[in-house]
Amino acid sequence: MLKRHSHEVVLAGLTALAIVVLSLQSEQFLTLANLLNQGRLMTEVALVALVMTFVIASGGIDLSVGSIMGLSAILLGTFWQKMGIPLPLAMVLTLGVGTLCGLFNGFIIVRFGMPPLIATLGTLALYRGLAEGISQARSVRGWPEWFQQLGQGAWAGLPVQVWILLAALLISGAILGYTRWGRTVYAIGASETAARFAGLSVGRTKMTIYAVSGLASSLAGMIFVARVSTTRSDMGTGLELDVITAVVLGGTSIFGGKGTIVGTALGLILVQVLENGLLLAGVKGDGTIVLIGMVLIGTLLVSAFTENRARA
Amino acid sequence: MTEISYDFPQEAPRTNRLRRILRDYGHELLVALAILVLLLVVGAINPRFVSARNMTSVFSGNAYIAVAAIGMTMVIVTRQIDLSVGALIGVLATISGTIAVSGAPIWVAWAAPVVCGALINAVTGVLVAYAGIPSIVVSLGMMAILQGGLISVTGGAWISDLPPEFLLAKMTVLGFPMPLVWALVLTIAAAAWMKLAPFGRSLYLVGGNAEAARAVGIPVRRRIVQVFMIHGAFAGLATLLFATQLQVIQSTTPPNLELLIITASVIGGVSILGGTGTVIGSSLAAVLFAAIGSALIFVNVSAYWLRAFIGVLILLTVLADVIRRHREVAKGA
Repeated sequence: MLKRHSHEVVLAGLTALAIVVLSLQSEQFLTLANLLNQGRLMTEVALVALVMTFVIASGGIDLSVGSIMGLSAILLGTFWQKMGIPLPLAMVLTLGVGTLCGLFNGFIIVRFGMPPLIATLGTLALYRGLAEGISQARSVRGWPEWFQQLGQGAWAGLPVQVWILLAALLISGAILGYTRWGRTVYAIGASETAARFAGLSVGRTKMTIYAVSGLASSLAGMIFVARVSTTRSDMGTGLELDVITAVVLGGTSIFGGKGTIVGTALGLILVQVLENGLLLAGVKGDGTIVLIGMVLIGTLLVSAFTENRARA
Repeated sequence: MTEISYDFPQEAPRTNRLRRILRDYGHELLVALAILVLLLVVGAINPRFVSARNMTSVFSGNAYIAVAAIGMTMVIVTRQIDLSVGALIGVLATISGTIAVSGAPIWVAWAAPVVCGALINAVTGVLVAYAGIPSIVVSLGMMAILQGGLISVTGGAWISDLPPEFLLAKMTVLGFPMPLVWALVLTIAAAAWMKLAPFGRSLYLVGGNAEAARAVGIPVRRRIVQVFMIHGAFAGLATLLFATQLQVIQSTTPPNLELLIITASVIGGVSILGGTGTVIGSSLAAVLFAAIGSALIFVNVSAYWLRAFIGVLILLTVLADVIRRHREVAKGA
């Protein structure tokens, strides 16, 4: 148990240490109100990161998530305000387009055998370009109260989006850890050829993963709009790097075949704790980014060494 | 991944020379053709687009991307990637500018980014080659460190009052703007080096088949560190062209600059799977999307669509590459 999950244990220890040290630095840090607010702030990155764990564990990568988020924000505004579609329907349509964007990623990767890094680099530019082109730098405001609840309200003591996040966490954890489909994802990541010979539906599984990645990015985009009450075409710029950082920090191998939802959750919490705690302790945000970069490289360095030793 | 594009010197009959150029530089010629068509079509719609003044400002303003893409191309040819180059250029610009206003000799301000670029990237290279951490992850971490470090140190302040003799990008050689001359000279030099010098040629083997490279005695790990250092030096050269365009140096770089530079390499025909691609292609690609950006304005299409065009361009380029590879495999080449 300890050996198999050594990365998660190290990470949990690191997170606990950070929480103890930071709560000594600032009294505001370890308060319920602050922690709930942090949960609210991390939901958008977290939703995308949960699905990105599947993407990376299957040996792929999706750089276009931030662009799909921005495009979804713009489309939601356009459908609702410019085209006069009722908001609930506009939300469904937006999620549909987000899923289609992801499906398109999956399609060009599976059907044409494009390397995921480059395919999604292309769609990163394409989807962001569509968001910029459609919005023409105009934003949509005046969202109804019920919609803003999605990003600003609370339900039974927890922020609304944290409920969504918890549900996503449970579902994704169960699927990746305990189902046949989840093991298929690992098998594809470990060796696509072997998975194919084992009769697994490699193509369809990958398409599904990328489609869900698009769906999650789109949902994150809507929550973002509800939280800040406006739309901008540059929403989600750089999201892909935050997401990949959390997932890789969580122990998912960038080569695929390895990684857990628990690890990703810990990675997300560690990043958020550092960002918020250091800010409250008086460190400027930029110093925190440096630390996160160092933690990322440092954790992988330790992992690489322990793995080498285990193999020797 | 088993195919290696490693040109062994061979005697070719004269009659086949044209065909060989077409085969070896097919992609580069295609990009060049695209530029030509763009210039002709948009020039016909709006002649001011092809005016010497517009052309000069467009190409010299974007020359730094071509220069940075030279190093990136070498990195990708060896099957690595570097996401930190945008942040690196920001750091190097501030280093260079700080030295320039400190009263030190100008050559120090010019040399510093090149040397520092190589040294900073040596760290990335060592972590990739010797610690075995994938370059995409190392460079992601480096990007955070460089970006955050820059803002923490400078506090976001701009450097102004740069001495006029520091502003390299505004100088001319025989009437040609310095950035253009640099991009041209560096591209040709790097292309010749990668085609003719044993060291340069070995990069293709390292990326195409690391096992084979090791078997023929190429020190693969050391090569990877060296390539990252050379790439850092080119980032330094690019910085000199980028940071001296204006009178001030900001402590931020254009967002997603690293992706723009990678895009130039990819559209130029570098395969992300390593082992193929030339810097001539990447420089032509930098020219191409500088031209597209300007052309959109001249044909009255909102510049907000630029990124969508570039996205389609990337996908088409990669698609062409994939199809060509399939055909080569089918032919048994």
